[in-house]
Amino acid sequence: MEIKAPVPQVPPPVWTEFKDLQEWEKYHQERPTDDQISSALTSIADAIHHMPGGWILVTSTEKIFNWARKSSIWPVTFGLACCAIEMMATFASRFDVERFGMVPFASPRHSDLMIVSGTVTIKMAPMLKRIYEQMPDPKWVVSMGSCANSGGPFRHGYHVVKGVDRVVPVDVYVPGCPPTPDSLMYGLLKLQEQVAEFQKTGTRPVAAAVEQ
Amino acid sequence: MSVTPGQASALLRERFGTEPTVEDRLVTVPLERDRWPDAGRFAKTELGCLYFNWLSAIDWKDQGLEVVCRVENLESGLAIMMRAKLPPGDAHCPTLTDVYRGADWMERECYDLLGVVFDGHPDLRRILLGQDWVGHPLRKDWIDTGYAPYR
Repeated sequence: MEIKAPVPQVPPPVWTEFKDLQEWEKYHQERPTDDQISSALTSIADAIHHMPGGWILVTSTEKIFNWARKSSIWPVTFGLACCAIEMMATFASRFDVERFGMVPFASPRHSDLMIVSGTVTIKMAPMLKRIYEQMPDPKWVVSMGSCANSGGPFRHGYHVVKGVDRVVPVDVYVPGCPPTPDSLMYGLLKLQEQVAEFQKTGTRPVAAAVEQ
Repeated sequence: MSVTPGQASALLRERFGTEPTVEDRLVTVPLERDRWPDAGRFAKTELGCLYFNWLSAIDWKDQGLEVVCRVENLESGLAIMMRAKLPPGDAHCPTLTDVYRGADWMERECYDLLGVVFDGHPDLRRILLGQDWVGHPLRKDWIDTGYAPYR
């Protein structure tokens, strides 16, 4: 019997050129522009700012707002893999992030922070993006563990997203496989430093604001 | 109903004309593709192998795929491992779901990752990967392009 090679089933690329992929990723990674407080509040703040001496009031209230944001970051309980165990340990009484005002909340609609804890598969990525989009602005993302940072040990697999920053914008990366609760807590405190610099206009601080 | 591995080997040789190998309580039966469901039914009714353990496939590159399945008799400890070679370029195999209901999802997984098409399966869809996935990633000739979303 003549032995024939099986017909190779190479999946056709969705994009014909690498440039197209980069463009697609750029389009899908842009930070949402509606990352602002309401326009009425903005105009009132502008009016006060242009009154003589009014800038003192505006800047100090900005600080108060940022302090309030920083002190009540509610992470959505979103566990994907083994990192979620460490995340639960961080939320539990021994490490107790509730003293930083972080209440793990079981709804994305009341949360400010998504901790991506674990491997993101290509099948899971649309759901992750959807949960991110359900969260109200302003919102932050912590990428926890090697898998969420870069794909980790599964980077060369066929089914794993090579870093969750290909799906949603990430503010803090916590390395480790899995990171200990101490590492995650350090990352969360770094995130609080970022949030303290959060501007009224919705712009994020430059990377120098959270240098190590 | 307690059949020893030696007796089971003799019965299978007589019935299917193959040469089973016995290793402790495991009987390995190479089969023709067309006798695949018959062998499953024989193992279930005559040998009392009511427990469907697992089903998988091996990619032998140029020599085509090979479907492997293990059924067990939990009372006597007898295990039958059925192997059926598929001709190269033709990944069709009869289904075992008529005999073992538990073969349903295993065959779907086998189809999903290795592309073995089980003829007669009631609901042969992908089970682990998304429905829009193209190709079968556990094949040896699978090439992971970097071009699909999020890759």
